[in-house]
Amino acid sequence: MTGAGAALRIEGVHKSFAKLEVLRGVDLEVAEHEVVCLIGASGSGKSTLLRCINLLEPIEAGRIVVEGLEITAPDADIDAIRRRIGIVFQAFNLFPHMSVLDNITLAPIRVLKRPRAQAEADATALLARFGLADKRDDYPDRLSGGQQQRVAIIRALAMEPDLLLLDEVTSALDPELVAEVLEIIRELAGQGMTMVIATHEMSFAREIADRVCFLDDGVILEQGPPERIFGAPEQPRTRQFLARIVAAGRL
Amino acid sequence: MTGGSASRRRLGRSVGGRAVLIALASTVVFFGAIGWVVVHSPGWPVVQRSFFDAERFWDALPDSIARFRLNVQLFLIAEVLSLVFGLVLAVLRSLPGPVFFPIRALAVVYVDFFRALPGILVIFILAFGIPGLRLQGVTNDRFFWGIVALTLLYSAYVSEVYRAGIESVHPSQEAAARSLGLSRVQALRFVIVPQAVRRVIPPLLNDFIGLQKDTVLVSFVGVVEVFRTASIKSSAYFNFTPYLATALIFIVVTIPLARFTDWLVARDRRNQLRGGVR
Ligand SMILES: Nc1ncnc2c1ncn2[C@@H]1O[C@H](COP(=O)(O)OP(=O)(O)OP(=O)(O)O)[C@@H](O)[C@H]1O
Ligand SMILES: [Mg+2]
Repeated sequence: MTGAGAALRIEGVHKSFAKLEVLRGVDLEVAEHEVVCLIGASGSGKSTLLRCINLLEPIEAGRIVVEGLEITAPDADIDAIRRRIGIVFQAFNLFPHMSVLDNITLAPIRVLKRPRAQAEADATALLARFGLADKRDDYPDRLSGGQQQRVAIIRALAMEPDLLLLDEVTSALDPELVAEVLEIIRELAGQGMTMVIATHEMSFAREIADRVCFLDDGVILEQGPPERIFGAPEQPRTRQFLARIVAAGRL
Repeated sequence: MTGGSASRRRLGRSVGGRAVLIALASTVVFFGAIGWVVVHSPGWPVVQRSFFDAERFWDALPDSIARFRLNVQLFLIAEVLSLVFGLVLAVLRSLPGPVFFPIRALAVVYVDFFRALPGILVIFILAFGIPGLRLQGVTNDRFFWGIVALTLLYSAYVSEVYRAGIESVHPSQEAAARSLGLSRVQALRFVIVPQAVRRVIPPLLNDFIGLQKDTVLVSFVGVVEVFRTASIKSSAYFNFTPYLATALIFIVVTIPLARFTDWLVARDRRNQLRGGVR
């Protein structure tokens, strides 16, 4: 699976918070158009790994290469590489002082230097595509959680990223709002968007993932196609984790 | 639910009406009694002559109001300048990374320094000291140096207010902005500062109430503003009433500003509760 064609290559990434070593040599390669789901216990470092990929968290050791550009190189233009990576957070993190439209167009206008009219037309088209056309001029706090999270996804998509990172995008949502967000992700996967998705929604991971990675004790302990990880996990710790999930009725 | 809250409001109004009447009556009785005691105390005539001389008051007031224009100018110019300079300082202080360490350090030292100094000292040093150097092309205008001194002083306070505002914006906002490819400066400019500024308006207005009052310090280097006018008149007549005229002017100007600040705070809270558009 090595090759220049990888959308994302992570090699030996180490990350600590003070004395807590969260990532202890993570290796991961994601091909173009591949959907990878990260699973693992709470606190296993899924969010940390995603945040490290675009260096929102600085790392102590390792290499991260996105579309052939090494973001961890000392002379890397981090802002330029970040433009190619969209990230959507668990807590949406929309800008509360801006309308939905301005949230979406801010980066295309300021970073990609698109003309405002074009950025707004693109944003309006995206909103329409995801059923939010009438929310264009609302402020985020007028929207439901599901709507806010869809706007956050659209905001990331407006930058036309090569790689989309989704960090438990449904876990802050009421159950009845989860479906509308998962539907968007399904659609994106269908269009071939390269994605790394941290999730607790095991049935969703099983359905959408090309590959599932089990993060445990700071490393990716086991990975493979969803049928194998969920059906016949090799590692005892993976089995243990999945058994707990089943017991909690989440699979 | 709307019906319920409307009827509650109606009920509230009639109860409120009676409460206001009671409060009014009690206030009149209370302050009337205090007033009566004061006016009938043995020392009152002397106090009245010295502090509440109607003739002196009406003589001093027009001049004082005219001179107060200088205070207003000092205030407005120093306010605008320190708003800008304070923001620059706050942003410099929040620049990340080791490269900017000297700039951060400079901003910290500046703020500590000017917050530590008594205002009158800075005004004296600038307004007397710099003209004393007799430098070519440097103005001797005391009014000018007064503005510079007030700006230097209040920029330090204002930058601290801004900094608190910037720090009050949750780090996830910066993370979201940076992850979209915005630079640190763009994230500050479009995402963090606009949210911070909204939150810092009330504490800023509080600082400006202080600035408004501190404009009288500039009188000590010979700018004949409202306080100086009062003290000239006061020593000429051997009477303190002109100072009371000045006090009245400050009260009349400052209390509305303080009320306005409170109103802004209340409105922001209401908007937030309603999840409203601003
Ligand atoms: N900024 C931080 N400072 C200190 N410790 C942190 C920080 N962020 C995360 N951690 C710690 O790192 C560990 C991994 O956290 P992380 O959020 O990556 O886990 P996670 O797998 O995403 O968990 P969850 O499923 O609950 O979201 C946790 O022990 C957490 O307490
Ligand atoms: Mg997480």
